[in-house]
Amino acid sequence: MVRLITHNLLACHAKGCTTNNFPLRLQDAAVELRDAEFNAEFVRGFLPRLEWKALVGAARELGDKSLPEEMPEMVDEEFLQKLHHVLLEIHIDEGAMVCPNCGHVYPIANGIPNMLLAEHEIA
Amino acid sequence: MSRPELVAPPEIYYGDSEARKYTNNTRVQNIQADMTYRALELLNLPPDEPAFLLDIGCGSGLSGEILDEQGYTWVGCDIAPSMLEVALEREVEGDLFLQDIGQGFGFRPGSFDGAISISVLQWLLNAETSHPTSSPPHRLTRFFTTLHSALRNPSRAILQFYPTSDDQIQLITSIAQKAGFGGGIVVDYPNSKKARKVFLCLFVGSGGNNQQVPKGLEGEEEEGDAQARFEKRREKLKTRGKSGRRKNVKDRDWILKKKELYRKRGKESVPRDSKYTGRKRKAVF
Repeated sequence: MVRLITHNLLACHAKGCTTNNFPLRLQDAAVELRDAEFNAEFVRGFLPRLEWKALVGAARELGDKSLPEEMPEMVDEEFLQKLHHVLLEIHIDEGAMVCPNCGHVYPIANGIPNMLLAEHEIA
Repeated sequence: MSRPELVAPPEIYYGDSEARKYTNNTRVQNIQADMTYRALELLNLPPDEPAFLLDIGCGSGLSGEILDEQGYTWVGCDIAPSMLEVALEREVEGDLFLQDIGQGFGFRPGSFDGAISISVLQWLLNAETSHPTSSPPHRLTRFFTTLHSALRNPSRAILQFYPTSDDQIQLITSIAQKAGFGGGIVVDYPNSKKARKVFLCLFVGSGGNNQQVPKGLEGEEEEGDAQARFEKRREKLKTRGKSGRRKNVKDRDWILKKKELYRKRGKESVPRDSKYTGRKRKAVF
């Protein structure tokens, strides 16, 4: 159940991997759509925390092209609805996340990503 | 019952059967729910505002369910796959991660409005291997520094845990302080053996509108005497001394006391007291 909202917050945390470790690249992602309750206030409050480029990139990788390339200046209800869909309703069930810097693979099985590191990767 | 964290590491202790037992136990459910509500109270989030929370050691989602119910969006992480499996079956709303909190988080800075953790921190206090990254101070440092950066400024993290000694509390608070957290320990019902709960209240920045470390709850101590039922008998046994036998009753003092008593009662022919009274005879061959 990795949603894009959490994918947008995740960086690689392996030892020595401190630059260029975000966003994690999605690989062989199997996507499932599940309805979630729309909360305009929450989505609006979350906007400043988002890394917009990474979010749009990830959404396009998953085949959702509803979001514009640049964050619009005017935030209206329709836009929030779209954003809500991308952030909270797209679930990645299977696949993997790969660090663009060190290449560490975080496999996703059953909707749960495995974030465990090997002993030599622990900072 | 012995402490589970001394039996095996969490991912092994909470195997399939233990995870199910734990989740279906109503007593555990109630305690977890109470502690989650209390943690949310201590978290002191502004009311009627949606918040994005981190549940550290979410397990099977007992605490997550309450976060759902309160309308929070949350992310949970745990190291026991079996517990997470149960959480999936229970269909909690939050995103789940299989993560060892002693290895640190990979979240971007300022991701969360707050963090809670129920009965988890004590698991970090045992070293599983002799590798330097496995030592409790190292894991705690990694945990607290990455948690500190993952939280927004200002915000709070409330971590309930079961310490065995004051040394452990001291270790944890000193490392949390080094990681940049403010705040301190809140103890609920400090005088009760059963209801006593220890919360670590950590502040990032000013920790929200109220800077004071909240007060622990008091009162509602357990009724009656707190001793076990057969404590008295055990106490009596203790007075008999280490050998387990009763003190020798036929010593000089005892004889003198007895003779005094007979004289008082008017008994005739009570022998005189002398330096030979109650003296041991020499062994004669």
